[in-house]
Amino acid sequence: MSIALYRIDDRLIHGQVVVGWGQRLQVGFIVLVDDAVRASPWEQELYRMGVPPDIEMIVASTAEAAARLPEWDADPRVGIVVAGDVGTLAALTGNGHQVKRINVGGIHQRPGRRERLRFVFLSDTEAEQLHQLALRGIEVTAQDVPTARAVPLAEFI
Amino acid sequence: MSSPLRGVIVSHAAVAQALTTAVANITGVTDALVPVSNDGCDRDALFASLAAAVGQTPAVLFIDLPGGSCLTGAATYAHGRPDLAVVTGVNLAMLLDFVFHRDLSPAAAAERAAAAGSKAIRVPAS
Repeated sequence: MSIALYRIDDRLIHGQVVVGWGQRLQVGFIVLVDDAVRASPWEQELYRMGVPPDIEMIVASTAEAAARLPEWDADPRVGIVVAGDVGTLAALTGNGHQVKRINVGGIHQRPGRRERLRFVFLSDTEAEQLHQLALRGIEVTAQDVPTARAVPLAEFI
Repeated sequence: MSSPLRGVIVSHAAVAQALTTAVANITGVTDALVPVSNDGCDRDALFASLAAAVGQTPAVLFIDLPGGSCLTGAATYAHGRPDLAVVTGVNLAMLLDFVFHRDLSPAAAAERAAAAGSKAIRVPAS
C-alpha cells in the first residue's frame, strides 16, 4: 500500500483522523509530523492515548518525516501523514517525494486568518502556499471527514 | 474553608452542555459544572475557553474521549497544576457522584469520579 492521506489539521491526531479516516481507509499507521510534539515525550503519550493498539503511531520532526517518506510510502500497510500547518506539509513535498493529494482537514481561527470554510481559516500567506502546491500538480482539497464533499482549492481560496 | 471543586466538562459538539443540563435536572445542583465545547477551536482557543470556565477555582476537567483534541488540549492546560485534575471518558454517572463530593482534592475527586463512572458501565441481563 502507501500513504493514503496527507492531511493538514491543527488538532493533529484526533477523532476525525483516527475514527473518521482511520476506519474508512483501514489504516495501519499514522505519522504525526510536528517538531514540538517530537520533542515532548509527554505530549506524545497524550496523542498515543487516542490511537487504537492495532494502529502504529509514529511521531516525526519535519526533517525526519521528509527523509522517511519513501520508507512509509513503501510500507505494506495503509498510512496517514498529518501535520498541523500548511508550511510543515509543504516542506514534505519539497524533497522530490511525490505527493499527489493534500487534504486540508482543519485549520482554525487565529489572528491574521480569515474564514474560507467552516473548518478552514487561512492567512493570505497560507492560501498562497496552498496555491503554489496546486501549481506543482498537487490536488489540494478541503474535507474534514470522508463522508463530506472534497472541496477543491479554487472554491475556498 | 476552601471553595468546593468545580467540574469542567470538555467535549465535542454539545455533549458537555447536554451532560450539564442532565445533571442539573436530576440533582438540582446548578453551580458545579461548566460545559466547554471544542467546536471551532484550535488549542489556543480551547485554552481560552478553559481559562474562562475554570476561573480561580480548583477543578476537575472531565473529557469525553481518552484521546483527541479535547484531551490533548485540556491535559496540556492542566499539566503541572495541582489545582487541576483530568478524567477521560466522562459519563453521567460520574458527574452525578462528583457534584456531591466536591470537598476533595482535585486528584482525589478525579480518582473517585473515574471509579464511579466505571462502575456504571454494565450489561444488564436480558
